[in-house]
Amino acid sequence: MADMKKNASAGAKQYICVKLGTEQYGIDIQYVDNIVRMQKITRVPKAQRYFKGVINLRGEIVPVMSLRLKFDLEPDEYNNATRIIIIKLEAQAAVGLIVDEVKEVVTLDESCIEKPTYNASDGKTQYLSGIGKPGEGLISLLNIAEVIIEKENA
Amino acid sequence: MDVSQYLEIFIDETKEHLQNLNEQLLILESEPENENTINEIFRAAHSLKGMAGTMGYKRMQKLTHNMENVFSEIRNGKMKVKSELVDVLFRGLDALESYLENIQASADEGTEDNDSIIVDLNNILEEGLGQSMDSPKEEQKEAIEKKPESAGSEDFMKYKKIVLQEHEIHAISKAQEEENVFGITVYIQESCILKAARAFLVFKALEELGDVVVSNPSVQDIEDERFELDFSVVLLTKESMEKVKASILNVSEIKDAAIGYFESTQLKETENSIENAMNEVAATAAATAVKPSNVKETTNGQPQKKTATKPVVNRSVRVDIEKLDVLMNLVSELIIAKNGLVSIGSNEDTSKDSAAFNEQIEYLERVTTNLHESVMKVRMMPIETVVNKFPRMIRDLSKKLDKKMELYMTGEETELDRTVIDEIGDPLQHLIRNAADHGLESNEERIRLGKPEVGSIFLDAYQDGNNVVIEVRDNGGGINVERVRQKAIDKGTITSEQADSMTQKDIIDLLFLPSFSTAEQISDVSGRGVGLDVVKTNIEKLGGDIECKTVLGEGSSFVIRLPLTLAIIQALMVELGDEKYAIPLGSIQTIEDVPCSEIEYVQTKEVINLRGSVIPLIRLDEVLDVEPREEVPESLTVVIVSKGEKLAGLVVDNLIGQLEIVIKSIGKYINNNKVISGAAILGDGEVALIIDANTLV
Repeated sequence: MADMKKNASAGAKQYICVKLGTEQYGIDIQYVDNIVRMQKITRVPKAQRYFKGVINLRGEIVPVMSLRLKFDLEPDEYNNATRIIIIKLEAQAAVGLIVDEVKEVVTLDESCIEKPTYNASDGKTQYLSGIGKPGEGLISLLNIAEVIIEKENA
Repeated sequence: MDVSQYLEIFIDETKEHLQNLNEQLLILESEPENENTINEIFRAAHSLKGMAGTMGYKRMQKLTHNMENVFSEIRNGKMKVKSELVDVLFRGLDALESYLENIQASADEGTEDNDSIIVDLNNILEEGLGQSMDSPKEEQKEAIEKKPESAGSEDFMKYKKIVLQEHEIHAISKAQEEENVFGITVYIQESCILKAARAFLVFKALEELGDVVVSNPSVQDIEDERFELDFSVVLLTKESMEKVKASILNVSEIKDAAIGYFESTQLKETENSIENAMNEVAATAAATAVKPSNVKETTNGQPQKKTATKPVVNRSVRVDIEKLDVLMNLVSELIIAKNGLVSIGSNEDTSKDSAAFNEQIEYLERVTTNLHESVMKVRMMPIETVVNKFPRMIRDLSKKLDKKMELYMTGEETELDRTVIDEIGDPLQHLIRNAADHGLESNEERIRLGKPEVGSIFLDAYQDGNNVVIEVRDNGGGINVERVRQKAIDKGTITSEQADSMTQKDIIDLLFLPSFSTAEQISDVSGRGVGLDVVKTNIEKLGGDIECKTVLGEGSSFVIRLPLTLAIIQALMVELGDEKYAIPLGSIQTIEDVPCSEIEYVQTKEVINLRGSVIPLIRLDEVLDVEPREEVPESLTVVIVSKGEKLAGLVVDNLIGQLEIVIKSIGKYINNNKVISGAAILGDGEVALIIDANTLV
């Protein structure tokens, strides 16, 4: 939340626009460390279902989660467009997110962002920080910290 | 001037001195007459004071100064060591340690003055010397006063207290007829680092103007930097007072200079006052120790803010220069090996290549292995640095709990990785507290049971293969297994049916569960129920494990096993399905080929009978959810792993071979029941997970 305020004062924010199935999601560019192609993922036994495993990112071990599984969508089908977005939150280790496709970088002005309506019965709204309207179509803006950090009994 | 660059050295050395003081005080308590110990204590306290002063930690300096006063009286044989005195001195040491902690965290000593300790010290000093009430009282007053200069010029013009020898008096009174005789006290800035050099410059300036007859402290002491922030001299000169003063203040980092005529009446006075001069010097020194603290507080605000959150000191290791030389040699060999490879690469003739290439690879391998070993050695520290604070702790516990006890330690020289050393202190401390509080019976109880009245706690460290074992043992009452069983049932941790089927060992393992304390009374020493489980987690975090053995009535022992190193290990690579896993070589006993027909069942669990011992089988593919193989093989490849004395057989599909791997963490996002302790990157860039055999056994 503090981050949002900080950026609001700057006016516009940049988001990386990614596709999961038919939906578009926006990831705040300040958390994105890197975008890499799909590579061999080593499965980690007994991990949470949405964690596909770990990859070797230039000598560092980075856990990778599937956004599709996290959001209870159809499991991933890897193809040429599949990418892993490496996220680095402050003071946290890196983590990778598997997405179907990376489309573009969009700049959204504050006026183009609508606050999400909170729906207590739907656990997934907590992953969103707003809805972006770049002109055509809608982008669900992800609250990255919520997505990555495991909640107790989540 | 910036002293931060000396901070690390200061902290290291202060720690050493404090440790030394702790040890020596313990000796002193048991042998109050031991002269060597007293001298050693005095030296350590003195260097501590000097160092704190140089770094500008005035409160620390003041406290050490007061402690040193006491030591000095003891050394001079004017006082006897008593147990109250030792108590106060230990309190003083604790206060110094907390200063040090503050300094380590924020580069600032904090604002605690510890006046009560100083007052106690002075009271004891007063009593011990049997002096009249006045002089030490005065000392106290002065010590607490913030601006002693305002109390009178006496303190500022210290030259008036210079003690003169007969021939000097003679020389001065003779010179007075034709020259000016000035008494001068020079104050050096607290921030000055090379005090001796500044003093030397002052002397040089003064000698150009006239003759320095006397100096206090002596010239030799000043050269060796054995003085506080000021020194006094008597100067014979034909120049005027102003000129002398100006030339002194010309020297940089001089704060102030007090100058005045050195009068003949003073001469007589000083002649008589040799006796009490010592006292006065001590008093003024104490006063100067406080004086600059005001200045410091105001200037301090800035660095404090800067470093509020992050510790200012990096963790450092002191390394023997020889170890570094070995490293240097190995690195040069590495370069040679690299050059060898380069020359093969550029060689046109391909026929000889592969042989030469293999030779170079072997060479490279040898070098990297040696390099690894040497780097490890650099990181190793003797366990002594952790355990040597325990005798002191036992002393305090003994007083607090009113139980007589002795701590016996062996193997303090056993070496462990620096990171392990840093982390092992708290768990060990906890175990020793436990042993003292719960383990040992009260004095009366021991006598009644016909045991020696003084309880014993043993701490043994030794190396065992790739592990270091630390044992904490006591000869107290042992753990009452029945009581633990009952307690577990009462608490609902286990059902009574479960309890019946549990072995003694299983019951004891319950102690390591969170919030399980059998102590009937909660004391402030231990027994809040946040105990053994924390110890266990801490040790497991280091890749080790802990085990408890106990015999009712004879005592209990906790055995900690720790890996020698954390970062790089030898591992056996195995295959499960099409996945590769690494099993640390340290936990592997043997590898066996077991025909399926030899598998037997105990309580529907698979076991094998290997040379007389029954070993449970663990199907790794089931534990790790690997797709099982389609055809059932005739025999199984079983890796026998051990944890303490327990063995287990891990069934794997294939063995790949031994490999040196670098352990990397898989991060805290993934939770996987601890079966996987980390990951390693293989030569082809693939990731292999490391199996923590300890959690499986």
